Amino acid sequence: MDDKKANNKNVTGLMIDEEKKKGIFYFFYYVGRLLWKDKTGLVGLLIFLSVIISAVFSPYLAPYDPLKQNLKISKTPPVWYKNGSIHHIFGTDDLGRDILSRIIYGSRVSLTVGFFGVLIASSLGMIIGLVSGYVGGKLDSVIMGAVNLILALPYLVFVVFIAAILGRSLLNVILIFGFTDIPIFVRVTRGEVMQMREEGFIEAAQSVGATTSRILFKHIIPNLIGPIVTLATFEMSAMIFYESGLGFLGLSVPPSVPSWGNMLSVGRQYITIYPWIAAYPGLAIVYTGLGINLLGDWLRDVLDPRLRRAKK
Amino acid sequence: MGKLLTVRDLVIKFYTFDGVIHAINGMFFDLNEGETLAIVGESGSGKSVTMKSLLQLLPSPPAKIESGNAYFYRNGEKVDLLYLSESEINKIRGKDIGFVFQDALSALNPVLSIGRQITESLETHMGLDKKEARERAIELLESVGITGARQRLYAYPHQFSGGMRQRAMIAIAIACSPKIVIADEPTTALDVTIQAQILELFKEIQKKLGMAIIWITHDLGVVARLADRVMVMYAGQPVEVAPVEELYENPIHPYTIGLLEALPKLGEKKKKLTSIEGTPPDMIEEPHFCQFASRCRFANEKCFKDNPPIISVGKDHYVRCFEDITERIKVQKVKTV
Amino acid sequence: MDEKNEVLVEIKSLKKYFPLKGGLSFNVKKRAVKAVDDVSFEIKKGETLGLVGESGSGKSTIGRTILRLYEPTEGKIYFEGKEITTLDKESLRKLRPKMQMIFQDSYNSLNPRHNIGYIISEPLIIHTEMSHNDIRSRVKELLELVGLKTRYMNRFPHEFSGGQRQRINIARALALNPDFIVCDEPISALDVSIQAQIVNLLQDLQKKLKHTYLFIAHDLSMVQHISDRIVVIYLGHIMEFADSDDLFKNPLHPYTQALISAVPIPSPKMEKKRKRIILKGEIPNPANPPSGCVFHTRCPIAEDICAVEVPEYREIESDHFVACHFADKREKSRII
Repeated sequence: MDDKKANNKNVTGLMIDEEKKKGIFYFFYYVGRLLWKDKTGLVGLLIFLSVIISAVFSPYLAPYDPLKQNLKISKTPPVWYKNGSIHHIFGTDDLGRDILSRIIYGSRVSLTVGFFGVLIASSLGMIIGLVSGYVGGKLDSVIMGAVNLILALPYLVFVVFIAAILGRSLLNVILIFGFTDIPIFVRVTRGEVMQMREEGFIEAAQSVGATTSRILFKHIIPNLIGPIVTLATFEMSAMIFYESGLGFLGLSVPPSVPSWGNMLSVGRQYITIYPWIAAYPGLAIVYTGLGINLLGDWLRDVLDPRLRRAKK
Repeated sequence: MGKLLTVRDLVIKFYTFDGVIHAINGMFFDLNEGETLAIVGESGSGKSVTMKSLLQLLPSPPAKIESGNAYFYRNGEKVDLLYLSESEINKIRGKDIGFVFQDALSALNPVLSIGRQITESLETHMGLDKKEARERAIELLESVGITGARQRLYAYPHQFSGGMRQRAMIAIAIACSPKIVIADEPTTALDVTIQAQILELFKEIQKKLGMAIIWITHDLGVVARLADRVMVMYAGQPVEVAPVEELYENPIHPYTIGLLEALPKLGEKKKKLTSIEGTPPDMIEEPHFCQFASRCRFANEKCFKDNPPIISVGKDHYVRCFEDITERIKVQKVKTV
Repeated sequence: MDEKNEVLVEIKSLKKYFPLKGGLSFNVKKRAVKAVDDVSFEIKKGETLGLVGESGSGKSTIGRTILRLYEPTEGKIYFEGKEITTLDKESLRKLRPKMQMIFQDSYNSLNPRHNIGYIISEPLIIHTEMSHNDIRSRVKELLELVGLKTRYMNRFPHEFSGGQRQRINIARALALNPDFIVCDEPISALDVSIQAQIVNLLQDLQKKLKHTYLFIAHDLSMVQHISDRIVVIYLGHIMEFADSDDLFKNPLHPYTQALISAVPIPSPKMEKKRKRIILKGEIPNPANPPSGCVFHTRCPIAEDICAVEVPEYREIESDHFVACHFADKREKSRII
């Protein structure tokens, strides 16, 4: 009887396949397969990578110095227009600076603001949320009270107000977004932690004798990575949008620094006559935001361990 | 006893992201007026899927009814439930065939009062006006044992206890005096003493209204208490059908035997429970041979090559197995008795 | 001394009240869910004590309170003769290797981000100084003990079926070779044929390793099958406590009788012959329990005294305890 059972691998449903040694290559292979399955994630990743590359390699990719002004060729339209020139594919702005180069360099500001802003918000937010969710009680009520208060304020007005006070600099922008976004991370972390407490594996860890720090670091935090990373990607794209908003209002980085927001601000005056000055930075913002959001969606599906199908 | 339902050759597949699941592979059964048919199976056996398909409650996609018929005999005419239009099946749902779900809390609309959910059915199917429907709803709630029905009419599902919610669901299901009530594990989530109440309630209602009941469960004790006939399902197929006493006294299919041996019997001498080795198949392949073979202690080579036929092994007693094996099983029984 | 009779765990007048969050309520005792209300029993070394009850009975709470996963409101808990009711956290942690728990919902009691090798080894990592290799061998040993293939070590909980996850749960509970294991509804969520596998496994392990079980469940048939003695609980109070066989041959408490009567038996012949005791009404809300005997609102033989006076929990026959005003006045009745 036994040999018959051994011959029928597919019938019993028992997992009989060989266990592969899980190395780093398998990890990439696995991720690659997941990306291919859900192609929107792949698209998002490619877009995001293209923006990163343009930010890192700006000096090599940009055809011109983004700061170089040349009034003689100012307001040149993009190449496909009647007066366009092949030398400036996206045209030039009011001061004769090459738009393509400024867009490429502008990615640096956007990504820096997005990345560091989210880093500050997520790390501080996660710590506060952890304490609030795990300890509970009065401390939780106080923290959530503060969080809800801040979230009730009209965001853009608040940010504009602070930015106007602090003045224009990259650091200020990062700090502003970093701190104003903390409440969202607190709320999400706290919610996840409270849900985990209901789950049972925390109780199980306690019954086995785990210390609080063990529970926090080995059990809770690994389960937070998924939701937090997903939230971080969405918040990052939000910050990029808001940065451009600030730039548009003239409150972001100094006007000389090429940032998409600044470009929008400049382009606004000429929107009816020379639309390309604002249009292309605008497209860049949308393109980047889309990429990050697609990536975030894919990450959310992939990082939830329960949604991962059992290996056949 | 007239025939109410005749289901034949039902094949249902689920087309999912990860592949095709062959959920139901050749389901068949009959239901006669006034009888209680129990459908027994473990999770994944397909019992709920079959019943939901009868009322076209399966989301499609991903479900697809590949073939088969489900004839419902109503007022002398025969309709195939599987192929009715949306409006036609709506006339049958709630009116001719009532459905009691397992989890009352998720099956009842949380934002509508209990009364509203009953009167809705009455107004739509029986054409009663608001006042008549309300009076009838109160009658119904009282008939299922909910006291203070007049006030309770305006209560919301979450304000009821588990047992009361189940009673409310039963009230909704029988509101229009259907010919058939399909109950999908209605007592699984209830406490044992509450379950006993609900089982008694079903018996009373059946006596009063004379409807047929299809009772889906995994609990062989409940089956023994309620059923007239039993069908055992495994991997989307019926493997044994018999009248209730015959099934318990003379189970032939190895799966049925295994299930019965796995149960502790209250009040009997304790012997070690016999468990069925292995796990159910994952249904991703179309079955071309006996799906139970790898877990069966009577199996031989043939079982892994061909689909076993449905054979008769007694009065009204059918088994999906090869004759030589069933003969062997019968012989073994005589020996042990 | 006969080892069989040695008491391993004892609880005396255990109470566990959960305060209801009602905002500003000053009198906690008044507004609380009285999950466990004055329960006393002892568990002998090597036995399986069954704890059976329906929703709101407090059976799970008792299990968790004994392990001090909940802090008792009142009462005393003894383990191996020593009182552990108010043991400090450090000493308690040192005691944990001896008392473990198998949880009900196997899916949720396993961290979805840890592979099962890690889950099973965690108790060893926390409590022992074993080397990585030694831990690995022990995990393999445990996997084999519970009937899982050792090469599954790197897999994650969601890759397993319900029955297999319960085996993982059991392996984790056994890692430190505990003397006492609380099984909190370990089979309720499993299919019938898998339940038998797990129950057989638990019994085999007990034969081999000689530990003690507190088996908490609502399925009376399974409890009777596996237990030596059984405690019947209703709304936080003990109704009856007797030997497993004795309880079924001679149930003295009306609740026990109703419970036995309610359990469907897989035998149509017996079902037809049986005496039916159908309780009326619903299980009361534990936050608002009835006065006197908590069972009186549904009791078929209740009289005036039952609403007023809490019945004394006393030994009616040898080793057979009942909490009912009429326990000794009733005739013997077989329910099945």
